[in-house]
Amino acid sequence: MAYSNKVLEHFKNPRNVGTLDKSQKNVGTGLVGAPECGDVMRLQIEVDDATGVIKDAKFKTFGCGSAIASSSLATEWLKGKSVEDALKIDNMEIVEELALPPVKIHCSVLAEDAIKAAIADYKKKNGIEVEAEMATA
Amino acid sequence: MRARKIYLDNNATTPCDPRVVEAMVPYFFEHHGNAASRSHPFGWEAEEAVDYAREQVAKLIDADPKEIVFTSGATESDNLALKGVFEMYARKGNHIITTKTEHKAVLDTCHKLEKQGAEVTFLEVKNDGLVDLAELEAAIKPSTILVSIMWANNETGVIQPMKEIGEICAKHGVLFFSDATQAVGKIKTHPRELGIHLMAFSAHKMYGPKGVGALYVSRKNPRVKVTAQMDGGGHERGMRSGTLNVPGIVGLGKAAEIAMKEMDQDAVRLSRLRDKLENGFLQLEEIYVNGNRENRMPHVTNISFKHVEGEGLMMTFNQEIALSSGSACTSASLEPSYVLIALGLGDDLAHSSLRFSLGRFTTEEDVDYAVQAISKGVQHMRDLSPIWEMYKEGVDLTQVEWSEH
Repeated sequence: MAYSNKVLEHFKNPRNVGTLDKSQKNVGTGLVGAPECGDVMRLQIEVDDATGVIKDAKFKTFGCGSAIASSSLATEWLKGKSVEDALKIDNMEIVEELALPPVKIHCSVLAEDAIKAAIADYKKKNGIEVEAEMATA
Repeated sequence: MRARKIYLDNNATTPCDPRVVEAMVPYFFEHHGNAASRSHPFGWEAEEAVDYAREQVAKLIDADPKEIVFTSGATESDNLALKGVFEMYARKGNHIITTKTEHKAVLDTCHKLEKQGAEVTFLEVKNDGLVDLAELEAAIKPSTILVSIMWANNETGVIQPMKEIGEICAKHGVLFFSDATQAVGKIKTHPRELGIHLMAFSAHKMYGPKGVGALYVSRKNPRVKVTAQMDGGGHERGMRSGTLNVPGIVGLGKAAEIAMKEMDQDAVRLSRLRDKLENGFLQLEEIYVNGNRENRMPHVTNISFKHVEGEGLMMTFNQEIALSSGSACTSASLEPSYVLIALGLGDDLAHSSLRFSLGRFTTEEDVDYAVQAISKGVQHMRDLSPIWEMYKEGVDLTQVEWSEH
């Protein structure tokens, strides 16, 4: 399978690889996927308490090139967004931006799940009401 | 980037040896005749070339030239053997025994035969990939007509105990067929000596051209017959109609001749290089070699790089080094290698596996470069991997509640 140049670019130079201190109250962590399925994404956000804006985002991903590119792109998009705007990121935007083929759409779904899970974790830690569907994400 | 790309995927296909190409060339234009044209020299020349190739192939596997049926490749040979025996021996029974680690050409053919009334037993294999002989023998019953077990596995290189299987088949009077695609031309494969009655193989796995292969069909003690699956002009003694692929067959013959002369020295050289490759990777942490390491092909190793996903890993070097992964992501199905799963590997280790298959044209420099480049790729991917980080922190990964999707 040939990858798009954008996937290759993110794969070679992944943005925001790393780990944030999950014990911090303003850090939300989302861990989605399973080793048995061949994809695990961990996405973290650090939120500015005063403004509600995501000031930093980091990821680590076990998976194929598309999974790594999807999570790398997600961290880029998250930085500078408000938490509420971040929730609006749709997996199909990732598919479009990276030109993912149909067989790799699940990678973008996983990235969207990771974003939602990280935000849900952040909200839970900070006593912000979480909508029912987010809580299970 | 290196000027020359490194090819470590010889189990997928081998390059065609230039000596083979040279032997084939005259049969495209100069001697272009149809081997079935009996009435003029063009046909006679072609027939002579086919007869000569048949002898070369027969010599390699210590068979009678009349026991060689030329086909389009191993998939066709597998189909002809299984379907041909099932039809021909329908009155004797309908039970076929095979294993879960066979090539798809065997498994899918067996599934089709099930729809046509065959009963098929798919044996499990042991954790090292070998067939359990007691289990095999216990599976044989009065309706059993055929045991189909591959000589060497394409993914792991594991070699089955062919002699012992042959003895079991002889004891119970059932036919023994082997898909020997990965073994012929690389190790000694003499079917008669081991009690194998039918054997499939292909030219393009032994430095010959693609699109040509053969089925060995025993002619005496016992005389085995298969029902043709391709009807037409009655070529190949009625077992496989269709104009013979003369240049391809000449190529298969030449490849067999070269293999006979060179396979021993190739095997010694390649097993040394394979071990060097393997030992290079074993310097890293959490590396697992899959399958039996004693009984396996000299040029193959299958390795799991734990906590790294195979396809992602391959992307770090696939512009320069070609090989295959047992990861789901290389296939459309998203299922990881069924062969590795049958060996009892967890899905996670199957997703983390790479298959290295060296060949006649692999150099020591290739191996050294591959170890260095791939080790670097493993490090890169582990730096990116959340589960590697968790493993390093001492998290018990089996206790994590994963959100399976």
